[in-house]
Order: sequence, then C-alpha cells, then structure tokens
Amino acid sequence: MEFSELIETSKVDHVLLSRPFLQPVKGTLCVTSHHLLLSSRAGDKEELWLLIRNIDGIEKRSAGSSGIITIKCKDLCVMSLEIPGMEECLNIAKSIEALSSLESTSHMYPFFYRPKQLNLLEGWDLFTPEEQFTKLSVHTDNWRLSYVNKEFAVCTTYPDAVIVHKCIDDAAIKMVAGFRQGGRFPVFSYYHKKTKMIIMRSSQPLTGANGKRCKEDEHFLAAVIQPDKKGYIIDTRSIQAAHQAKVKGGGFESKTNYHNWKRLHRPIARGRVLQESLIKLVDACNDQSNSIDRWLSKLETSKWLTHLKTVLTTACMAAQCVDREGASVLIHGSEGRDTTLQLTSLAQIILDPDCRTISGFQALIEREWLQAGHPFQLRCASSAYSHAKLKQEAPVFLIFLDCCWQMSCQFPCSFQFNEQFLITLFEHAYASCFGTFLCNNEKERFTLNVKEQTISIWARMNSPSERKHYVNPLYERNNFTIWPSVAPQSLQLWQGLFLRWIRTPEHQNEAWEQIKHIVELGSRKANPSSTELSVLKEDYAAN
Amino acid sequence: MQRERWQLQHQEHPSIDGIKSDTGTAPARGQEHRLPSGISNCTVGTLGFFREGMEYIRTPKIENVRLLDRVSSKKASAGSLYLTATHLIFVEHLSESRKETWILHSQICAVEKQATTATGCPLLIRCKNFQVIQFIISQERDCHDIYISLIRLSRPVKYEELYCFSFNPKQEKNERGRGWNLTDLKAEYNRMGVPNSLWQVSHVNRDYGVCDTYPAELYVPKSASTPVIVGSSKFRSRGRFPVLCYFCQDNNGAICRSSQPLSGFSARCLEDEQMLQAIRMSNPGSDFLYVVDTRPKLNAMANRAAGKGYENEDNYSNIKFHFIGIENIHVMRNSLQKLLDVCELRSPAMSVFLWGLESSGWLKHIKAIMDAGIFIAKAVAEEAASVLVHCSDGWDRTAQVCSIAGLLLDPFYRTLKGFMVLIEKDWVSFGHKFNHRYSHLDGDPREVSPVIDQFFDCVWQLMEQFPCAFEFNERFLVHIHHHVYSCQFGNFICNNNKESKELRLYGSSLQLKY
Repeated sequence: MEFSELIETSKVDHVLLSRPFLQPVKGTLCVTSHHLLLSSRAGDKEELWLLIRNIDGIEKRSAGSSGIITIKCKDLCVMSLEIPGMEECLNIAKSIEALSSLESTSHMYPFFYRPKQLNLLEGWDLFTPEEQFTKLSVHTDNWRLSYVNKEFAVCTTYPDAVIVHKCIDDAAIKMVAGFRQGGRFPVFSYYHKKTKMIIMRSSQPLTGANGKRCKEDEHFLAAVIQPDKKGYIIDTRSIQAAHQAKVKGGGFESKTNYHNWKRLHRPIARGRVLQESLIKLVDACNDQSNSIDRWLSKLETSKWLTHLKTVLTTACMAAQCVDREGASVLIHGSEGRDTTLQLTSLAQIILDPDCRTISGFQALIEREWLQAGHPFQLRCASSAYSHAKLKQEAPVFLIFLDCCWQMSCQFPCSFQFNEQFLITLFEHAYASCFGTFLCNNEKERFTLNVKEQTISIWARMNSPSERKHYVNPLYERNNFTIWPSVAPQSLQLWQGLFLRWIRTPEHQNEAWEQIKHIVELGSRKANPSSTELSVLKEDYAAN
Repeated sequence: MQRERWQLQHQEHPSIDGIKSDTGTAPARGQEHRLPSGISNCTVGTLGFFREGMEYIRTPKIENVRLLDRVSSKKASAGSLYLTATHLIFVEHLSESRKETWILHSQICAVEKQATTATGCPLLIRCKNFQVIQFIISQERDCHDIYISLIRLSRPVKYEELYCFSFNPKQEKNERGRGWNLTDLKAEYNRMGVPNSLWQVSHVNRDYGVCDTYPAELYVPKSASTPVIVGSSKFRSRGRFPVLCYFCQDNNGAICRSSQPLSGFSARCLEDEQMLQAIRMSNPGSDFLYVVDTRPKLNAMANRAAGKGYENEDNYSNIKFHFIGIENIHVMRNSLQKLLDVCELRSPAMSVFLWGLESSGWLKHIKAIMDAGIFIAKAVAEEAASVLVHCSDGWDRTAQVCSIAGLLLDPFYRTLKGFMVLIEKDWVSFGHKFNHRYSHLDGDPREVSPVIDQFFDCVWQLMEQFPCAFEFNERFLVHIHHHVYSCQFGNFICNNNKESKELRLYGSSLQLKY
C-alpha cells in the first residue's frame, strides 16, 4: 500500500493555525504519510508537527471562501486550520481521515521512526519474567518459571514465560487453561514480603450453566494457600453479572468446590460505560460557558470520579487482604485483561515502594499491562472526541493513571515521578512514535517484530535529558504501604490532564521550579561540595 | 474542585507567644500531673471574666469521659474533662502521651446532648472553625451539668466576658502597644500615595458624628467639601458616604466604597451627585466612573420600596452602573449549613457528595465574589477607571469584593504583612460587624453569616491558581480564620471602630500577631 494514494493534496499555502495558548500563525501546510506539518518559514523550525495517529476526530465547515478544519486530538488538544479554498480544505480533510484511520499496525509510524540518538534495542529488556522470578526466588521457593506458553501455544494473551506455583506441572496448566476464558490460567502477580502472601490474576472459570468443574483448577488453587488459611477471590463483576456469565459459558468459583477461598464481588465499570464517562467528562471540561452549577452537575453525571473511587477502593481492599488480613488474593473479572489489571497494579503501588520509583513503575507497566495482555490498541483506538462508532475502546489505562495521580496528590513525597510522567504515558498509550504501546499482546508484538523494528518509549524516557523532566523533587523513599483516602472529598479532578489545554500550566510549572530550586539549595547545604566546604572552613578560621 | 478546608480541622495551631494554643491537640509535658498543662501558665487578667465565669461552672472536672475518634466511631480515647472559665479541656488518660484537646468556649457554636445509651451520655460540640467533637460522659447528671455550663459560657452577653480581656500572656506593656501599631492604616494610605494632589484626608468623622461605623480618618477627593460629604452621607444608608479604599498610583484609578443611596423611586441628592462627580474628577485620565452594586438586581429593586435602592444613571453624570449578583447574608448562612451537612456525611457516594456540593451553592457564591473582584480589578488595571462599590450597608459584600480586588491588583497584599493590613483596612476599619456576624456575644442568629469565611475561601482559591504569588500558606489562613472566632485577641471583636474605642480594647487586650 502506498500512502501517496491516500493523500489528495499534499501542500497548501496561507493556512492559518490556531491552537491553545499560542498566537495564531499563518504558513504552509503539508500532509505527509504520518504527520501534519505547518511552517511559516520564518525560522528554521516547523510550527506544527502533529502525528496523524494522534488525531481523534475532525470537523469541517466553511467560512466565506475558505474552509475551517477543527482537529481534535487524542491528547485532548483542539486546534483549527483555516484553509483558503473549500476544495483544498475538503481534500486535506479527506486525506487526514484516510491516514488517521489506517488499521494496519505495520504501517504505523513507530516502524518508520529512526531518531539518531536512540538505539532500536534499548529499553526492550527493561523487564523480563526471568528477572522477576530471580527476585522472587530470594524470598520463596514455592514458585517456578514455566515456559508452557512457548510460542503462545496455551494462551495467546500471556507472555511466553510465566510464574506459576511449583505444585502444578505444565500438563496440568494446560488443563487449567482450558477451563479459563482465553486460556488465562491463574498466574503469579505479586509477593508481599511482610506477610508472605501473594496476589494472582486470571480470567473467569468456564463453569457454564451446568456448573462444569476442573479438578486441576481446584487442586491448584487449593495448593496455593496453606490448608488452615483462607484466600480471597476478588471478582470485578457484580454477582448478577457473574451469574449471567454462566449462560455464555463463563462463571465463577463456587464455594463448595473452592472451599478455602472466599469470593467477593466488587463491580467495576468497563467498556462502553467507561468510554462514555470519559467523553462526558472531557465535554464538560471543554465547555467554558458553564455556570458553576452546570459544571458540578456535569462532573457528577460523567461519573468519572465515581469510577475512580470504585477502582481505588477495590484496590485498597485487595491490598488490605494481603497486608492486614494476611491472606492471598486471586483477582479476575471476565477476561482478566482490564479491570483485573487495574487492581493488581494499583494494589502493588499501595504495597510496594519499588513500584513508586520511576524504573519500578515502568517495570510494573511492562508486566501488569503490556505483558499481561491489556489490549492497548483496541482500548486506545480512539479517545474522547471520535465520532466513529465505538468498538472496544475504553479508558481502562487512563483510569489507572488517574488513580496513580490521586495517590501522588495524597502522598506528594512518596512517588519518584511527577504528573508529567503520567501525562506522557497517557499520550503515548493513545498515539506514539514509539512501539511500546502498539498491539494488544506479546504474541502480536512478536509476530510483527515490534521489539526489533520499533523504538521503546523507555529508551526515550530514561535518557538523562528526558528523565529529569519526570523527577519529583520532593521524593523521599517511603518504605511503608500507603493507604489512600477514597472519600469523595479527597478525590479531585485531574486538572493537569483534563484542563491542560484550557488553563495554562504556567503558574503550576513556576511553583514546581521553585520547589526544585529550594530542594536543590537544601540538599547542597546538607551535603556541601568540597569547594563550598573549603569556603566554610575559611569562614570558620576567620572567626 | 475545592479541596475542603475542614479536612484540616485537626491541624495543630502554632502556639502564640509561648502560650499553649487553645483548640486542636497538643502533647502535654510529662511532669504535670492531673491539671492540664496550660492552666497553670495562664495568668488571669484584672478585668477577667474568670472569676465571674466560675459561677457558671457546675462541675470543674469529670472523670470517665471518652472522646470519640472523628474517623471511626468505634475508636475512642478515655480521659478526664476539665471545665475552666475559658476552655473545655480533655486530657487523655494514657499515661505516656496524655494528649490534650482544648476547646475555647468562644469557638463553640452548638452543644447537643443526645439520648443516653448503655455506654453513657453523648455530648456533641460543634465549633465555629468546623471542628466537631463528640464526648461520651458516663454519668447523665455530669453531662447535663457540662451542657448547661457550656450553653452559658459559649454565649457571653457582655464584651467584658470575652476571652481577649482575660488572655494575658507574660508580655511587657510596650510590647503590647507595638502589636497594635503593626498595622498603621495611615502608613498604608501613604504607601498607596495618598494624600496627594487628588485625594486628601478628612477629619469630618473625627468623633464618629457623621458615620458611626466608619473610622475617624477618611480619605476623600480633594474637591469634595465638607458640606458635600455631610450631604452625601445623609443620602446614604447609615451615613456611609463614598470614601477611598484603594488608590492605584500608576494610573490614578481608585476603588471607593459606600452604602446604598436612599434613592427610593425618584429621590435625588445634589451633594451625593457632586460626591460621585468629585470621585470621577479625581481620576483625570478617565471620563467615567463605574458604580458597582454587588447585589442581585432584584434585591436592589426591592430596596427601592423601602426608600433605599441604587444610583439612577440619568441623575449621575458619566457613571456606568453594574449589578453583580452576590446573594445576601441569609442565603450565605444557609449555603454554609448545607455544605457542612454534606461534609459531615459518613462515606457518602461520589454522586451524593457532588450533588450536595452543588446544591449547597457554596462554590457558586464563591465564584460570584471572585467575579466581582475581578471586574473591579480589571476596571482599575486595564481601563484605568475608578470604581465605586456598594451593596446595602456596604460592610459585607463590599468588604469581600474590595479586598479581593486589592489582592489581585497589589502584590503587597499578598505578603504576610500586607494581608493583615488589608484585613485591618477593608474589614476592621470600615465597620465589618465581627461581633454580629461571628456571634461573639449572644445575639440575633439572623445576623450571623460566614462573610469573612468566604473571603478566606476566595483567597485560598487564588493561592491554588497562583502558588507562587502569596507569601503565606494555607495554614496562615486557617490560623486567622480560627482567631476571627476565638476572641482571644482584640482585633476581631467589635462591630466597628467606635465600639472598640469605647471598650478601650487597645489598652486592655492583645493584638493578634499574625
């Protein structure tokens, strides 16, 4: 396929670009295979360099003889192009629509992006199941690394190596996989050193309407916990939904067959409900004619904060089971690729200080989201503005990031990364020149050679010049668990994200610069450099 | 979204001048035995209500009292309750910590005795700084005694009963005077550049004869003669004629304030018209004067039937008249009550909370006040125009919006010193009725309203949006808010300057060192 076939007009002069916080600028607009460029040719830089994949939706209208295209981006920015000549305008619009709706992954920009400074190999081996297993085996020998999923033969959405309990052999795993939706058998997710308890995740068991059983599944779950202990299964569906799932062949672990596990149903919103919540929220944020009453009621009807509260509350509950009750936890919903991952990852952030560092958080995203098979490409295909018919889009990952932000507000010194770090991850999950968030699981990434032919976002984010933008100056390692408040009074709108194109961040940035400066001054005083020390000594001698 | 201020209610207040802070909890010093540590340090003033107050204390000490935890009602700490002339003090029994909780009587806004249960008799105390404290007292009779005492002690009837007259930390007399001189308003007007060729100081109100709720020294246009001032004052509610409140040296823009004119449906007053003209002329660069009525139009029109009202644009030359709908004190009082009710809900659902926040209207009112402040500040800064602001009496909404406009315009007011000058100028000196609004003395409950609370919330909102623009932090605001209600210092006691003078507050009480 040739991109040129899709580009009706590649260049138009005298186009006026207007966007938030910047003066409107007139210049030449170019459409390339992956970018929309605009240059006034005043300096040596382009004024606009927009990844077409980032475009969520466009609207066109005529204004006199010219046409205006409003571009709404997945990163929530809204800009407009005034193009002289209606025909040119329509051609440009058509080209953008065709290019932004390209479905073939291998034609996406990450496969063409080759910056000089970054190396193709860097960042892809940041985290491996092998490494996780090595760390785990320091504390316990109850677990083993299994390659039963080699070439993704047992489960297409798991990586080729997974950690499972040593009591279960590969043959039994295959049986268990057959009893779980999509073959997602229970795997190890987190080991809590303090209580020696674990968090596992899976998909729903396929009991069906007739209450089918699987001996291996029951045996396996029974073996994971000590006979005198109880474990908790957190099902992210309501009891009704779990019962309804039986009709379609799904189901849940019954009390009689899994007697030392206690099942808790905590319904968490997913899918379309979540996507519509995001759309309503962004709509409310962008409507600046709002009176305060309308703003609050729109915020309420969007239900975004309600969803946050539910997810965070349930994650706290999972963490509490492990930390306070000394019980192991198995988390699943139906497929175990969305709400399940929100809970396992948030629980780890609450419990494990390592996950609150920059590299620890990256590893967490690698293992609990990317390798765990969260379908990024499906879920992030469109953001809040798209008029296209919703398919499988849902801001599951964004809810997770928002929960992290809420916690970082409540514990401003416990996270090594800052808000910008989370916003950057949001941007790249929806549209990126890096390959990290491409595809829906490891198998797809393997098939398309993503790890060989694209650059990892971690390579960029960990380069020293870039990393410094993501460091929280107030960070001081906090080895305790952090229990966030989930009271409605404590949860706030993430203004830095949802109002980022509406209210200029200038004053907040200024404040952070000040904080950074103060912290730097403070640490310099605490650990004076040798030159400063000699000055101090001279002062002392002089007195 | 607003981060709720009342979440901070358990925050420890910094102690003042070495005296233990009064509300909040403070760890006790170990060596003291039974008596709470602060009592022995408190010297009793001569004018003290202390001895008099003792009469109302039926039981000075009650054992076997439990203080309920705010978060989980199952947790409670056991201890003793002490009742003094000024404080209710709870001392925890746990030998190591002996944590103390001090509640100032003047902070108490409601005491509720609830039905006795098997565990004892619950006593709920609501404070004006939004703290809610619940005790369980084992004996019903003790609970009743405390209840009756607190009802009386929390509602003093004479100024002399207030805490500030007995609060007497060891301090030299001259030091005390220095505190009162910290905020010299004459110096503040000098800082603004007045008096000058356009504005002069007027002594027409020297003995509070023209307006008993204004200060003695006032700044007026140079061209406004005494007959004009006196004539204008007769045409304004309670004699509150237009005076200078803020002057912008860079462009001669001025903010003036007054009360509503007594215009009724058709009345006119030549002197008042001349007064407004004089204000306009004092800004040579501008050929008009904004007149901002901060009330909703409907309220202002209703006032006309009572012979009051607003300026008729036809009668005053070159004025631009604007209504900005800030609601009255009764609406605001109800709004706060609704807001507090919402915040007191135990683990509400998100939608219940947001819905309650919305229906309280609190943020809507905050926005209205901010909008008014922004309008005035823009008129001065961007149009170099002068503005006359009033509401009905000109001591509530007018104080709010003038001080917000000042904060927006002048970085000095965003410093620690400047903020206290601003409060002394726009609130204290111009007769904001601290006694009535914050019910220091037992009085008409319909006079009570969270006017300055709203101002502090507006400042907090600004601090959130401009984190580097303020020298002070949230704690400072909470601290001042606390002392508006505490009556510990003489600043925020009276309704106006005249009352303070008559009480001779300056000599007999302390100035809050912010």
